[in-house]
Amino acid sequence: MRYSALSLVADALGLAPRVPAWRSPAPKPAYDVVIVGGGGHGLATAWTLAATYGITNVAVLEKGYIGSGNVGRNTTIIRSNYLLEGNNPFYELSLRLWERLERDLNFNAMVSQRGVANLWHTDGQRDAFRRRGNAMRMHGVDAEMWDVAQVRARLPFLDFDNARFPVRGALVQPRGGTVRHDAVAWGYARAASALGVDIIPHCEVTAIRRDGDRVTGVETTRGDILCDRLALATAGHSSRSAEMAGIRLPIETHVLQAFVSEGLKPLIPNVITFGAGHFYVSQSDKGGLVFGGDIDGWNSYAQRGGLATVEHVVEAGVAMMPGLSRVKLLRGWGGVMDMSMDGSPIIDRALANLYLNAGWCYGGFKATPASGLCFAHLIATGAPHAVATQFRLDRFDRGAALDEKGAGPFPNLH
Amino acid sequence: MASLIACPHCGPRPREEFSVRGDAAPLRPAPDAAPEAWLAYLHARENPRGPHREHWRHEGGCGRWLVVARDTATHEVFSVTDVQAAARSAAREGRE
Ligand SMILES: Cc1cc2nc3c(=O)[nH]c(=O)nc-3n(C[C@H](O)[C@H](O)[C@H](O)COP(=O)(O)OP(=O)(O)OC[C@H]3O[C@@H](n4cnc5c(N)ncnc54)[C@H](O)[C@@H]3O)c2cc1C
Ligand SMILES: [Zn+2]
Repeated sequence: MRYSALSLVADALGLAPRVPAWRSPAPKPAYDVVIVGGGGHGLATAWTLAATYGITNVAVLEKGYIGSGNVGRNTTIIRSNYLLEGNNPFYELSLRLWERLERDLNFNAMVSQRGVANLWHTDGQRDAFRRRGNAMRMHGVDAEMWDVAQVRARLPFLDFDNARFPVRGALVQPRGGTVRHDAVAWGYARAASALGVDIIPHCEVTAIRRDGDRVTGVETTRGDILCDRLALATAGHSSRSAEMAGIRLPIETHVLQAFVSEGLKPLIPNVITFGAGHFYVSQSDKGGLVFGGDIDGWNSYAQRGGLATVEHVVEAGVAMMPGLSRVKLLRGWGGVMDMSMDGSPIIDRALANLYLNAGWCYGGFKATPASGLCFAHLIATGAPHAVATQFRLDRFDRGAALDEKGAGPFPNLH
Repeated sequence: MASLIACPHCGPRPREEFSVRGDAAPLRPAPDAAPEAWLAYLHARENPRGPHREHWRHEGGCGRWLVVARDTATHEVFSVTDVQAAARSAAREGRE
């Protein structure tokens, strides 16, 4: 069924039958491509394989329910304000794909280009942001520098004259913004299913069958499944799934928390990031302030974090925006992510017919459409997509780390 | 992560007094070791779901480096050892 204004009216009047958004098939014994992980990246890959490359005999195997991983846990920020050559064109392609996502999928994902403002507080930070803004513009990406008067006019609630962290200006990407994260999972699942992809939840892959340099299939909690090509998109669990194929990755698994406040009248017009601590906030369409900060810092596979980090995040938030102290916190949660050794992702072939999509750290939501395109491109053609050539797994051995932050091989510092 | 860590020198202390460096398994290769050994030391991680040995420092207390053995899924702490004591007992057992 195609969603439209007409279908909405028909539905409201009870004239149209209610149909599930995607099919629930039993797993077949074999597929051309099996994708492990039904998060944003796995689903986007499946849809792109079917829609762009005509490969439809595809299954997406998800151990939980669709949307139970990071795709449904993130703070929904999208942007392409990257500095490095290897990153910027990829994230800009992703932003362009977000701009047409709802038409491509026929699904309302509430893509909202409300702008991302990165505050700066010192001269050194201004210079670094100016450099980044210039790098963005040279790649054809929108970037603006706001002086303090411009920031004041738009975001009057910030603590401008804080004695330690006065707000002096902001680097702004007007085309950045937010997207309703759950709708991204649902939209891709629905569109992929309509093209013949089998979406199979509650199906955990427990072993990978390997024959020399090839994989032949997987063992799952719903039986064995053979495949010609196997694609891993198991964000947060990539070390575990790669280990099933005997591969060790430059990745550690860490927990990141996020929070949402009670619903408020419209207050925060865009996405704001604090420059004097790690804190970022936006307001959802329901009115809740959605915010987060640093990862907890130690390896964790538990989808929950510690209270010390909650306190730290809230302190940073109140330092940036004192009014936050009067707002009630409604919920907090955690998600476990692949933290790679250079803070950048991996899209590569790991064995003859085993493909790897991993290492997205806390920034992979914005990458979802381009990750799906580049991963599908690699699986379908065997060659890396032009904007993903620096996401190779062997870059660590070549000394070609893609370290946007310059933090070195310390995953808990990226 | 547990909210208390039992420092061998200071006793049970709040987690906030400690800073974490990370996986204690990689050992610095000899200066003239092959590049592969150095690259693996820098980048390759076991990243287990379960028991894991890590370097922590009791920053807000005795200042000593510690080896904390804990579970990355349940957050249970199994043992906390001074890093030097851990190295000595490893040497005695013939590990590097
Ligand atoms: C709190 C938080 C905030 C974030 N905020 C942002 C943000 O604002 N902007 C941004 O760009 N990024 C953000 N991120 C990062 C982003 O969410 C992730 O990088 C991205 O969602 C990862 O890709 P995914 O959607 O495919 O992951 P997931 O949704 O986690 O998908 C992976 C799936 O694999 C499944 N799986 C694992 N092992 C197996 C197995 N053996 N068998 C079957 N299935 C398996 C998991 O159950 C999971 O559903 C945030 C992350 C967190 C945790
Ligand atoms: Zn101590």
